[in-house]
Amino acid sequence: MNRFAKQLLPFCSLIFIISLWSFLEPDNFLSFRNFSNVLRRSSINGIMAAGMTFVIIAAGIDLSVGSMLALCGMVGSAAMLFLSGASWSQIAGGNYVPLTASAMFWGTVIGVLFGALCGWVNGTLITRLKLAPFIVTLGTMSIFRGITYLMNDGKPFAVSDYTFLDIGTIGPFPASVVILVLVLAAAAFLLNYTPFGRYVYAVGSNPETAFHVGINVPRILTVIYTLTGACTGLAAMITTSRASSAQPTAGISLELDVIAAVIIGGCSPSGGRGTLTGTIIGTLLISFLRNGLTLLDISTNVQLVVIGAIIVLAVTADQLATKRQS
Amino acid sequence: MTGELQMRNIVKTFGPVKALQGVTFTARPGTVHALCGENGAGKSTLMKILAGVFEPDAGEIYLDGQKRTFRGPRDALEAGISMLYQELDLAEDLTVTENLFLGREIRGRIPFILNRKAMIDQTVQQCRLYGFDLNPLAPVRTLTTGQCQIVELLKALMRKARIFVMDEPTSSLTEAEAQRLFEIIRRLRGLGMTIIYISHRMEEVARLADEITVLRDGAVAASAPASEMDIPTVVRHMVGRELKDYYPARRSNPGAVLFEADNLKTAEGIEGISFAVRAGEIVGMAGLVGAGRTETARAVFGIQPLLQGAFRWQGKPLVIASPADAIRQGIAYLTEDRKRSGLCTILPAGWNMTLPNYPRIGMRYLLRLRKEQTVCEEYGRKVSVRWSSPSVRAADLSGGNQQKLLIARWLMAQSQFLIFDEPTRGIDVGAKREVYQMLADLAEQGKAILMISSELPELFGLCDRILVMRRGRLVADLETRKTTPEEVMHYAAVEEPRR
Ligand SMILES: Nc1ncnc2c1ncn2[C@@H]1O[C@H](COP(=O)(O)OP(=O)(O)OP(=O)(O)O)[C@@H](O)[C@H]1O
Ligand SMILES: [Mg+2]
Repeated sequence: MNRFAKQLLPFCSLIFIISLWSFLEPDNFLSFRNFSNVLRRSSINGIMAAGMTFVIIAAGIDLSVGSMLALCGMVGSAAMLFLSGASWSQIAGGNYVPLTASAMFWGTVIGVLFGALCGWVNGTLITRLKLAPFIVTLGTMSIFRGITYLMNDGKPFAVSDYTFLDIGTIGPFPASVVILVLVLAAAAFLLNYTPFGRYVYAVGSNPETAFHVGINVPRILTVIYTLTGACTGLAAMITTSRASSAQPTAGISLELDVIAAVIIGGCSPSGGRGTLTGTIIGTLLISFLRNGLTLLDISTNVQLVVIGAIIVLAVTADQLATKRQS
Repeated sequence: MTGELQMRNIVKTFGPVKALQGVTFTARPGTVHALCGENGAGKSTLMKILAGVFEPDAGEIYLDGQKRTFRGPRDALEAGISMLYQELDLAEDLTVTENLFLGREIRGRIPFILNRKAMIDQTVQQCRLYGFDLNPLAPVRTLTTGQCQIVELLKALMRKARIFVMDEPTSSLTEAEAQRLFEIIRRLRGLGMTIIYISHRMEEVARLADEITVLRDGAVAASAPASEMDIPTVVRHMVGRELKDYYPARRSNPGAVLFEADNLKTAEGIEGISFAVRAGEIVGMAGLVGAGRTETARAVFGIQPLLQGAFRWQGKPLVIASPADAIRQGIAYLTEDRKRSGLCTILPAGWNMTLPNYPRIGMRYLLRLRKEQTVCEEYGRKVSVRWSSPSVRAADLSGGNQQKLLIARWLMAQSQFLIFDEPTRGIDVGAKREVYQMLADLAEQGKAILMISSELPELFGLCDRILVMRRGRLVADLETRKTTPEEVMHYAAVEEPRR
């Protein structure tokens, strides 16, 4: 009952935002095209937020996902281009290179795996060096971005044929939305129906107790960051596909939207609390918010201010609710 | 009448749980008023309402005949009500004096400069006034729990408190410290203060109380002067029946040696610890707080790595490098500090119970929520946890029920060797008896049990053997039949270090 009440507020906000935009911009907002656009854009944030949900329930944070997204995109695209037989000068020059289907497939796989590797590095640094996740991922955020720029002197890799994750469909549905649903389903399953999910909650709520009941806390944390990395890798490949190229500037300040979605969805930054349903609602809320503000010609700068304010509000609401309970 | 406290028709519900249903409670100055009741009867809730932590749904509080409403702990404190919580909130790194004057420092002539000397002098003076023995310059970190309580009391006295609420204050004190606290309580009573005393230890109630109120299911079951209500009557009001044969009859027939520890040493200050526990045996571990009993348990359970020493299981070498190893081997450890290392308080009680046990209940890879609920309810019944359902947060259970929850967790683990560290801490007389019975049954089933306890009577009532520790060493291994409490105390006692 309590869990339900906690999601009521973000859910109502979501309904409110949708009604508000429908009222202010009925023509542009209330179109099938726009909704499908918002959903497809949500797929990138939603996939990353699914991973971030685990991180935050375990009382961690991953600030590096935005940079990681750019890096994975670059690595995945480079792999695709090499596997299609392009030379380094062609790749670096941004020339059109026809991609083979198998190269695109394996490039995607490599992008995802590379994300997992980046996440594993985060997790290993955090657990081995016993450093705060905030500090470690602040560092890797910069490191990942730096490597991304170094890869091709700050220039993108062009993969014009890599369109499936953008406009491709599986049955009648956009491929990216299908992937999002699959990822969310898998994450929900993991979190709610496996011992691993319980361990995530336990580690976030009291690591000392978790250790006492036989949970290998460092291993759980490492797995969580690795999963988040893999999610980010997947999101990176969708992003790359949408842009037909891997941009080294992709995902700047994306971590803000992802973390915001998770926190607005009711995850507690102090750990041990949160649900995937909440995260889905939070992601949609932010996507629709941004969409509406864009349709109303409100600049992205103002959007930043609005989203920041909403995070603070959401956390305050969470704290008030917690205080009332105890 | 001055200083009289009255709480009238207090009602408090938490969702579906009726914690208090119209409690009227009167405490007069210059008396010790004991508040008794089973786990979950509503004692802590009533006192938290008095201390302004909870707002009552209905009912009034009168002080000196005047109606008061407390919007928060601060209001209650200002009205002279002080609550001694189990978890004391002192600043660990500051000294006694600094803690006493925190937020109300005495300032000198020069702005921003504190008058340290005046504060220390006042501390000394106050200590002398109430006959407390405290070093004003000692950092709180170096104090024992008992001394910390004294600091809290002094702090309250300096803020002009008149009503002192103590919720199970002796549960983590040594015997000597408890005696000292009783003296202080008597002295406060002599000064005309009101002391409201919650405890599950009936002998303390018998010794201290002038008045006794018994709560049962959130209502007053009885309230009378101590002279008119003896302890068996109190217990009958608490649990609704007569309790006899406190300790279960045990026929002790230990089997083969199950677990052996050989020459253990860890960085936590224990050294040269060797003992063996047989199947079907209950071995007690006595000693003063800080003697190294919990540290020994932590070494056995793989929490603290061994610097030296080894374990054997049925004679074969056994490696325990983490609690996970220990649990896999069939070892369980019920921690003495349930908030810090026993519970995930914000998670559902049921989750807390099953957390180490998924492989044992057929959910190694996949949870089956319906079945989990049934299993939790089943084990909850075994230890008679009082909860509306396993999905309530562990934090919302009463202290004693949290303890029962943890006992249920380790019962579910089906362990062969169980280490119980102060298993009856905070649980009521009726439940204590059930726990003793449970331990006896486990031994009967051929499990080995190591029971750490600061209550000698329960060690003597239950154990086959008693190990005594002192200053990180195991100093005696006594057969219960052939020893006496005096002998155990003799081995356990150390001259207390002077600070
Ligand atoms: N914050 C809360 N939310 C929900 N239920 C609560 C909360 N606090 C207490 N309760 C419930 O209220 C009842 C009374 O609890 P309380 O802590 O007052 O018991 P108690 O008499 O102090 O027991 P014990 O001897 O075990 O400490 C219990 O059933 C408990 O589960
Ligand atoms: Mg209590």
